[in-house]
Amino acid sequence: MKRSYGPLLLLICLAVFPLIVRDQYYQHLMILVLMWAAIGAGWNLISGYTGQVLFGAACFFGVGAYTAALLLHKLEISAWWGLPLGAVVSVALAFPFGWICFRLRGPYFALATLALNEILRHIATIWESLTEGMVGILVMQTFVSKAPYYYIALVLAIASVVIVDKVMKSRFGYYFVSIREDQDAAESMGINTTFYKMVSLCLSAVLIGLAGALYTNYMGFIDPHVVFSLHNISIMAILVGIVGGVGTVYGPAVGAFIMVVIDELFRSGGFGLLAALGKTMQWPFMESVTKYVSQAHTLVFGILVIVVILYLPNGVVGDWELVKKKIFFWKRQTV
Amino acid sequence: MDVFLQTLVAGILKGGLYGLIGIGMTLIMGVMGIINLSHGQMMMVAMYVTYVFFHYMGLDPYVTLLISMPSLFLLGMLIQKYLLNPLIRVESILPENQVLMTVGIGMVLTEVARFIFTSNYLSVRTTYSTAAWYIGGISFSQALCIAFGLACTLTLALFLFLIKTDLGRSIRAVSQDAEAAELLGVNSDRIKVITMGIGAALVAAAGTLLLPIYYLFPDIGGPFTRKAFVITILGGLGSTVGAIFGGVTLGLAEAFGATYIGMDFEDMIGLIIFLLVLVFLPGGIKTLTKV
Amino acid sequence: MAYFEAKGITKFFGGLAAVNGVSFKVEQGQIYGLIGPNGSGKTTIFNLINGFYPLTKGEIHFEGKQISGLKTHQICRLGIGRTFQVVKPLKRMTVLDNVIASAFLHAGRKHEALKLAEETIEFCGLTAYRDKPAKSLPIASRKRLEITRAVATKPKLLLLDETAAGLNPSELEEAIALIKKISASGITIIIVEHIMRVIMTISERILAINHGMVIAEGYPSEIASNEEVITAYLGEDYSAQS
Repeated sequence: MKRSYGPLLLLICLAVFPLIVRDQYYQHLMILVLMWAAIGAGWNLISGYTGQVLFGAACFFGVGAYTAALLLHKLEISAWWGLPLGAVVSVALAFPFGWICFRLRGPYFALATLALNEILRHIATIWESLTEGMVGILVMQTFVSKAPYYYIALVLAIASVVIVDKVMKSRFGYYFVSIREDQDAAESMGINTTFYKMVSLCLSAVLIGLAGALYTNYMGFIDPHVVFSLHNISIMAILVGIVGGVGTVYGPAVGAFIMVVIDELFRSGGFGLLAALGKTMQWPFMESVTKYVSQAHTLVFGILVIVVILYLPNGVVGDWELVKKKIFFWKRQTV
Repeated sequence: MDVFLQTLVAGILKGGLYGLIGIGMTLIMGVMGIINLSHGQMMMVAMYVTYVFFHYMGLDPYVTLLISMPSLFLLGMLIQKYLLNPLIRVESILPENQVLMTVGIGMVLTEVARFIFTSNYLSVRTTYSTAAWYIGGISFSQALCIAFGLACTLTLALFLFLIKTDLGRSIRAVSQDAEAAELLGVNSDRIKVITMGIGAALVAAAGTLLLPIYYLFPDIGGPFTRKAFVITILGGLGSTVGAIFGGVTLGLAEAFGATYIGMDFEDMIGLIIFLLVLVFLPGGIKTLTKV
Repeated sequence: MAYFEAKGITKFFGGLAAVNGVSFKVEQGQIYGLIGPNGSGKTTIFNLINGFYPLTKGEIHFEGKQISGLKTHQICRLGIGRTFQVVKPLKRMTVLDNVIASAFLHAGRKHEALKLAEETIEFCGLTAYRDKPAKSLPIASRKRLEITRAVATKPKLLLLDETAAGLNPSELEEAIALIKKISASGITIIIVEHIMRVIMTISERILAINHGMVIAEGYPSEIASNEEVITAYLGEDYSAQS
């Protein structure tokens, strides 16, 4: 049996990354990639594999983030306890969330998750005595260097991928996909679809909630607008999933990498290239171009959603054959 | 008592406008089965069109209706033809592609508006923006009353169109059974394109009529899309009559919520009603009245 | 107490009675046929037995237990399996995965489920399609997959809903052979069928319904010569014989 060394090689590269690349900026980007890989894996479980498309991933992210923040802010307990506790609270949220949303099928489920996202954001904004509202909560960062955060994120990301892989090969995996393919048939096969949908949601909630708690500890500041954000968390989670490949194990990781790169590409004006170009070519208008480009990331997200759905609906991993053909075609043209 | 009546009036008048938003969306849902999460953003586009013609050409919004409605009609048709109709042929694991697509469209519309107009709050103030008629101590906002009247006219026109014209009948046929309609010679793709155009035109009218008494900024689309949802679901999906009731209900709920609870809660009320209705009344008000 | 009994089962949709006061008993190991013209309520009866629709009136008993009111997956767990008239393959899974998913009902571990699935696939004659995605299967094999999946849940009673529709003559023979094989292995079968040849040759007893009500019950020969049944089916008999 052929042994694939790819994943092992990747693992080694990831493990030594912060030791080789010392620039904090790139370490920060990789931490984001790892965090999104975990969120994407969680999203993929309920949306890609079980077919219940989550439009409100931010619900669990925000709840995990606030659990960590409030532990420190209100109870003066280290925010790191927010990781296990954030996971617990996320699961607790999953129950009423599922109770409300699972009685709806298809697009109505998606809509209900969206509504819940917005409701939670409003609650977090209005309930100032608990969450400090729009002022947000500041958390003292435990570590000065980024390396410890990187390794924790790495563990989370690897755990997510491994968990998804193992779950999908088990009875749960078969049941999840059966529910996605045909819920009525699944019921007739003896599958308690309500129970298994809930299990899938809880698992997703754990992964996304853990990422949220990590976010609090790493960034040191959260507010409702950021952690319950529809565009920057929920839609981003969907993009990570669809760009990478819905219903694949490695899809979310690939999607996370691509999305963080694209996001940062625009936010920093081509990693500073546009500004540098403006300086060297003495083009004064480059300054405003750079400014527009850096604010365009939501526009890019919107365009990406449209383009991916139309042309690459199963993502880079899912539609890999298509991607290879396009690259091949391009290569042949240049020869 | 006065406050109560005042709130009631405001709620009903606004509800008429909301009905217009809801009818557009429910028509789209009924005919194409499409959940259009860019509905509010289309309204925003119409509002910006109205603003531009008011500020740069001094055109009264009621006149701009004749521009904003056709332009959004065109926009809706283009979106349906090039972005939504093709989705039917796309093979994807993800079940909710179409909803997601409309989310993407909404985002693009919002950000392009932001790019052109920045995030500043804009407004259109005409002579009748703040004027009101007084009957028995209750103020009837002139702009709202005219808007309500125009909304009723448009709704009536739509009903006549759907019932009396061939095209209208084709639309109803496709909404009942697209395959059967095709077998009878109806080009359902074309009908879908036209329906999206009509839905967009209706919400454009609502936006143009609303602008004199509201304010405008790029992110206004989101809350209005949600309102459109609440209205549609309250009234029963695909039911144009229901959308009117849904609109008035939401208008009343918001008015009473704003008066007796507080302004912050306007959006929340809509969201909570939405969830409650989704959970407890999947058929909407329609199921209660067995219409 | 009969092995399976439906007592006065009734289902109203709005003001319309799709099924009205239907009663019948099935003995263990029987092949029990259910016939009736289009829209007579046959699939509704299956949906009632299966738990898809709640009963408006009446009771359903299986192995002495009342099963009316239980959820579909619970009924499956109790031993009633079912195929759908419009087949529901799990399209993006392979045939093997389709059956493994079913097999997990009674097999605890993955390797047990795999073994049960392989055995069931072989029993039902689908081995050639084992690793093909379900969506690539032709209609006859999809129907066979439908049956295989149901058999993998180790049912004691199997509800077959028009498994022979749309098959050509040789496929029909194979389908009949499979049904007989399943019955021989001890599984009780209730079969809904339109094609007279199939149902007359394999059923031991037949229930004929029309407009949701029972019009006749008895041995195939009795049913074939029953006035009311022939009237209800006038014309249908001809196309079935050809």
